[in-house]
Amino acid sequence: MSDAMEEASSGAAAAGRTSCLADGLKTAWPICLGFIPIGLSFGVLAQKAGLGPVHVLLMSTVVFAGSSQFIAVSMLQGGASAAAIVATTFVVNLRHLLMSSAMSVRFPGVRKRFLALFAYGVTDESFAVNMACFRKEGWDRWRALAVNHITNLCWIVSTVAGVYIGDMVPAGAFGIDFALPAMFICLLIFQFRERLHMVTAVIAALLSVSFSLIFTGNGHVIAASCGAATIGFLLKRRAKRRGDA
Amino acid sequence: MPDTGYLLIVFGMGLATYLPRMLPLTVLANRKLPRWLTDWLDLIPVSILSALLAPGLVTSGTPRVLDLSKPDLLAAIPTLLFALKTRSLVGTVIVGMGLYWAISVLR
Repeated sequence: MSDAMEEASSGAAAAGRTSCLADGLKTAWPICLGFIPIGLSFGVLAQKAGLGPVHVLLMSTVVFAGSSQFIAVSMLQGGASAAAIVATTFVVNLRHLLMSSAMSVRFPGVRKRFLALFAYGVTDESFAVNMACFRKEGWDRWRALAVNHITNLCWIVSTVAGVYIGDMVPAGAFGIDFALPAMFICLLIFQFRERLHMVTAVIAALLSVSFSLIFTGNGHVIAASCGAATIGFLLKRRAKRRGDA
Repeated sequence: MPDTGYLLIVFGMGLATYLPRMLPLTVLANRKLPRWLTDWLDLIPVSILSALLAPGLVTSGTPRVLDLSKPDLLAAIPTLLFALKTRSLVGTVIVGMGLYWAISVLR
């Protein structure tokens, strides 16, 4: 390869990295907007439970799971055992099994090392955003990775900041508590490609609300998702069979 | 500084959150999946999103009870219509927050 060509190609690679980061940032900011108030309130809660900034930094970096962290802090405060806290975390985050399985379709033949790094940043929010983006032209695994790690960094910074400044932020300012639900509403609509998806969404909502009223905890999300996907799958199969006959 | 007990909890929790995120990706990505499984997995994103969203809009408290008077639900309906019409993520987030704020202030 000539010098000029080499230079051009490394220039292109650098430009590629910059645009990956820029696209990642552009896509990640609504998630960050939602993470900041939740992260700050986690910091406040943790501080009240006697945890310092280093404790919070460690937990947010190693665990990186909003609801589990809230539950862990309240369990710590209640004097629960380490085993009980870890087991609860595991159950609360089992839904990521489903997300990670659904995402695997998007990474055929990708190296394990990349997948291991990518997996660290899988959350409800990054999953939803990335699955919507993969349907668009020009979205790839590097941009998806950028979204995961930008939102991850935002979570870590907000939770640690919460230890220091959380008490100064008024609760409910500017409707920021609704940032993530609003984002989920739009991402849900992006998923409506055929009527089957809309029907499945309605079934999932009904199942999830019913299960959440009957059972405490977070199991209703997995149960409703599996249930709705199965019903949707059976509906599709029946429609196809009718079409063939 | 964090003591050993805390470190044990944090790293235990780390494994508990990382393994469900990592195993399906690394195990399934390099495999040819049967048609029925990819068809089923295709319906998982829409199901999970809906299952995550819905209870927060119409239930409250612990243990949860049905509550149809939440500002969340009132804000969600016009937000949904706006999203259907515009298909803009940024717009929907801003409109949703504005509506939610207005509803919370007016109530």
